[in-house]
Amino acid sequence: MALTTADVARLADLARIELSAEELERFAPELDIVLAAVASVSEVAGSDVTPMSHALALTNVFRDDVVRPSLTPAQALAMAPAVEDDRFRAPRILTEEG
Amino acid sequence: MSDLMDYDEVMERFDPALGLEVHVELNTATKMFCGCDNTPGGEPNTKTCPVCLGLPGSLPVVNGKAVESAIRIGLALNCQVASWCRFARKNYFYPDMTKNFQTSQYDEPICFDGHVNIDVDGETYRIDIERVHMEEDAGKLTHAGVTGRIHGADYSLVDYNRAGTPLMEIVTRPILGLGERTPVVARAYMAHLRELMVALGVSDARMEAGNMRCDANVSLAPKGAHVLGTRSETKNVNSLKAVEGALRHEIRRQGALLAAGERVIQETRHWHEEGWTSPGRSKEEAEDYRYFPEPDLVPVAAGASWVEQLRATLPEPPAQRRARLQAAWGFADLEMRDVTGTPGSIDLIEATVTAGASAASARKWWLGELARRANERGIELAEVGVSAAQVAGVQRLVDAGTINDKLARAVFDGLLAGEGTPDEIVAARGLAVVSDDGALGAAVDAAIAAHPDVAQKIRDGKVQAAGALIGAIMKQMRGKADAARVRQLILEKLS
Ligand SMILES: [Zn+2]
Repeated sequence: MALTTADVARLADLARIELSAEELERFAPELDIVLAAVASVSEVAGSDVTPMSHALALTNVFRDDVVRPSLTPAQALAMAPAVEDDRFRAPRILTEEG
Repeated sequence: MSDLMDYDEVMERFDPALGLEVHVELNTATKMFCGCDNTPGGEPNTKTCPVCLGLPGSLPVVNGKAVESAIRIGLALNCQVASWCRFARKNYFYPDMTKNFQTSQYDEPICFDGHVNIDVDGETYRIDIERVHMEEDAGKLTHAGVTGRIHGADYSLVDYNRAGTPLMEIVTRPILGLGERTPVVARAYMAHLRELMVALGVSDARMEAGNMRCDANVSLAPKGAHVLGTRSETKNVNSLKAVEGALRHEIRRQGALLAAGERVIQETRHWHEEGWTSPGRSKEEAEDYRYFPEPDLVPVAAGASWVEQLRATLPEPPAQRRARLQAAWGFADLEMRDVTGTPGSIDLIEATVTAGASAASARKWWLGELARRANERGIELAEVGVSAAQVAGVQRLVDAGTINDKLARAVFDGLLAGEGTPDEIVAARGLAVVSDDGALGAAVDAAIAAHPDVAQKIRDGKVQAAGALIGAIMKQMRGKADAARVRQLILEKLS
């Protein structure tokens, strides 16, 4: 499956990464090579190999439902580029909620 | 506003298909993936930490209680519980999401393949549940800016107290064959879920507070065609009435479009309380979210013994409990409907009966005087500030003839003001009914003297005229006269 520059442009848009026309041309074949490499791993992994998403064979790591101290608003907001009324101030939102 | 087709005409020409996605916020003490306080509200950004703020290097840990709640919800909806499942990242950019992804579940929900039966006016409808999955809520946005200006000054303020609140998403399979009852059954399903969540104790399930909200999908297909049409999805509908209204509106709007030879666009829509919907964005494809397994969380494996342990904690199904209590209390259907329609009242009445009051008197106080006070203050009945034991105590004084219903209202004032037990309040406020013949007799004599015309009517045999004298005496004695004894005295003196 060959990635088109349109595919790459769509992915870049979803990831909010701005790419130039030259970069789109360059990345399409490069990403194709990455996809081909992943596909060849899939070929090796037969149905007897369980897919894993985690390096450790652990399950059910849970936390007790006990409240722990939170940050103060000052701490929470310390790194925010803009703050108003103890809230994070974000640029105007053009699209709607996901 | 769009053209609408007459509802009955739509039903003659089309078959609606319904789908409901309900989000339920859990009432756990802490958030889904961190130990921040999960109680709603609070001053902005006072309940955040590196995890729920999505700061680099922070690591989430699953709240075990939330997983238990998810499994219990699934079991109550007759679902299968996954023996192994993972969380997934749903990637999108929006300021209410700190991490630029929502930790959710994708193709491995914790519970799946369930069903519920919904009763509507004596008919039972089966709703198939596709899945129940775990995710997290987002922060709260306040849109601010200079009104009247489209560009430049507008911006949004974000409070992340709610970010990370455990959120359960309950998704139905397409529900077909409901016909004209589609909106009503959807509403009944929401009411059923709300009642179930409260019975399970997993959520406050207050729709007006956003604890429970519904995305309502509906599509139309030509009558008898047995195909699925293109659907619209009305987002975040947050009252039972709105669920019904939004679906009715969408059915009429889509009917008009299709009849005019136009297409229904697959999109999200917004409900407006005035009774209509407006378009939102075009629905994105699932692949746009680029879901992938959450690498920071290990899988959840619900073993059979854990699941059975949780199954043993399920409450009596609400419909069954309602029927049992109605029979035990001897309430007519209409009386029981009032109970069902007042959230929390069934538990309060049950507790009041357990504390010794009759069911009829418990119902009288909770749905009358106390419901009125709760309504006035815009709060839930359970928050009104009077306990079931106190209500039973007040009724005990009424039964003993110490006070009457009117004086009981003053006792409730005293209870709310923290003046002590019902007995102490009656003593301190001097509320006891006067049934002493000396005091009552004097009051009766005075009333007869003040109203000679009324007295004459009674002497002439018009016994019902006694009511006017009783009223005058009650007023003069500020409601504290024993009305039955006053009536006897009047009739004795005037016969
Ligand atoms: Zn947190």
